[in-house]
Amino acid sequence: MSSTHVDLSKRHSETPCFSPEKLAEAQKLMSLYPEGKHKSALIRILHMAEEEFGGWLSIETMDYVAGIVNIEPIEVYEVASFYTMFNLDPVGNYVFEVCRTGPCMLVGSDNIISYIENKLDIKVGETTKDGMFTLKTAECLGACGYAPMLQCGKKYHEHLTNEKVDELIAAYRSGELPK
Amino acid sequence: MARKLLLEHDSVPGIETFEVYKKHGGYRSVEKALKKMSPQEVVEEVQKSGLRGRGGAGFPTGMKWSFLAKPEGVPRYLLCNADESEPGTFKDRYLMEKLPHLLIEGMIVSSYALGANLSYIYIRGEYMWILDILEKAIDEAYAKGYLGKNILGSGYDLDLRVAPGGGAYICGEETALIESLEGKRGNPRMKPPFPAVKGLWGCPTVVNNVETLMAVVPIVNDGGDEYAKIGIGKSTGTKLISAGGNLVRPGVYELEMGLSVEEFIYGDDWCRGIANGKKLKACVPGGSSVPILPAHLVTKTAAGETRLMTYESLADGGFASGSMLGSGGFIIFDEDQCIVRNTWNFARFYAHESCGQCSPCREGTGWMEKVLNRLEHGQGNLRDIELLEEINKKIEGNTICPLGDAAAWPVAAAIRHFREEFEWHVSHREESQTRNYGLLKESLVG
Ligand SMILES: Cc1cc2nc3c(=O)[nH]c(=O)nc-3n(C[C@H](O)[C@H](O)[C@H](O)COP(=O)(O)O)c2cc1C
Ligand code: SF4
Ligand code: FES
Repeated sequence: MSSTHVDLSKRHSETPCFSPEKLAEAQKLMSLYPEGKHKSALIRILHMAEEEFGGWLSIETMDYVAGIVNIEPIEVYEVASFYTMFNLDPVGNYVFEVCRTGPCMLVGSDNIISYIENKLDIKVGETTKDGMFTLKTAECLGACGYAPMLQCGKKYHEHLTNEKVDELIAAYRSGELPK
Repeated sequence: MARKLLLEHDSVPGIETFEVYKKHGGYRSVEKALKKMSPQEVVEEVQKSGLRGRGGAGFPTGMKWSFLAKPEGVPRYLLCNADESEPGTFKDRYLMEKLPHLLIEGMIVSSYALGANLSYIYIRGEYMWILDILEKAIDEAYAKGYLGKNILGSGYDLDLRVAPGGGAYICGEETALIESLEGKRGNPRMKPPFPAVKGLWGCPTVVNNVETLMAVVPIVNDGGDEYAKIGIGKSTGTKLISAGGNLVRPGVYELEMGLSVEEFIYGDDWCRGIANGKKLKACVPGGSSVPILPAHLVTKTAAGETRLMTYESLADGGFASGSMLGSGGFIIFDEDQCIVRNTWNFARFYAHESCGQCSPCREGTGWMEKVLNRLEHGQGNLRDIELLEEINKKIEGNTICPLGDAAAWPVAAAIRHFREEFEWHVSHREESQTRNYGLLKESLVG
């Protein structure tokens, strides 16, 4: 089951607030739905909020989004805790989500996962001490023919090998985002 | 058999732009449908074509469209299902990345046929970069007068929007998709009422797969009868197959239905055989939810007939010796693969993806995962195999949506065809941790 317990102790240090441009974007998204159906924009606004506020959704962020969408906070918690893409805990700057499902496993995703674990000295679900990387696993990401693969932000990294993982990590570390 | 209707121009540079797409014959079906055909005539062409839903269930599209309720003064909606999350399936992604305008074109003519003036593409959240591609293409289509008010002067209005999900396989189920599009958790609804009567915001709604909607374009261009000439029997037209696993050349292929499975796996134009010179052990031909086939039933049916890439041929033999075309997620297992491990892996997937609304599915998928985990890790016993079969029976047919069945059937099929391998995991607890059962019975001895 994909529901996660919402831990009320996880808080952001500052109050989240969209820039005027982002706020306008959120309002535009809501305005594209028929009268009274603007709640439909919630998932997309949560993606925006996650991107803006450190890659995860704190209670403060969710409450802030509830205010923007003009719904009850519980309606936001319900949604945020249902969908696996939303992180309800703090994450590193880069989140590696390695697909672990059948077709990827057939061509070595297990090895890639352990290789990254060793390389970054963390286990799945953990974040490196420097706050740079979080390692997660994901279920089939629609890249089975280009496996093994991982997603980081919007980007898919496919046909992974240990060498490619090395390059990827080095690139993210150096700040020049891999293509 | 390499006839291409959808992927005809996928390698043309710039085909994702309006100009290039149009230059290669794009948007002809919109001109034809909106200017020369009534909505009902478009529906009739789709009925004649024999097109069946490409999302997995294979339900005739024309018939589905004819069920749409049309109460006066109530809007109707067309939703494109671009949630593509069935393990093994990655064709819709390819189609949308390469040919965003083909999807827009298909949605314009389909929305016109259904009388929808606002349509959505619901895309899985992980495909966010494709959402960008689609929105860019949609902007172009608006600018060129193919979307918006009074399209091409026909008097027909259509708005088209994209909405992302947030990572949930269940949102591919059409009522869960609708819930998600309403900004809620993706819990499937009880049916009836069906979406055709009460769907998005309580209005009549049709949900179709990306590939289905794209296929409407050649149907309108060339006529339903022409389309129906392609393929065999009730499997008309071409089908996109995403092939993965242990193949020399995995990837997305468009084939005319009726190509033999053997040709598809081994042919030079197709997957070119099993990777690394290994032997074929098993195949899941239509996404993780369909039954696995052992090697001897992959290229031939139980009756010894050549197995074809069609709905009927892949299902030949029913659950005893057949499988399904499903979503076209074609997965190949070589001789080194462990069936128990893969069955556990898929069970874990379903346990993870169950929405949790019905107890047989929520608890049953969890139990199957646990028991298979035990077997895979050399801690199971023979009773566990029976236990799996019992859990299966408790799930099957007792749930709100088909995810329960989708989780149960693959386990049942794996046990049916590979029982010895499951038993070997029990009789060779330690050995099963360091080596695979392999292909042959003889390995039972070793
Ligand atoms: C659990 C589950 C997941 C599904 N996932 C998808 C999907 O990702 N894409 C899709 O097109 N259909 C999916 N379907 C099938 C849809 O419910 C629906 O039948 C399909 O979108 C109808 O379109 P079609 O008739 O064009 O195939 C899924 C069904 C179930 C039960
Ligand atoms: S069968 Fe499973 S996924 Fe479908 S509604 Fe029930 S609990 Fe949810
Ligand atoms: S199984 Fe990994 S992308 Fe599909």
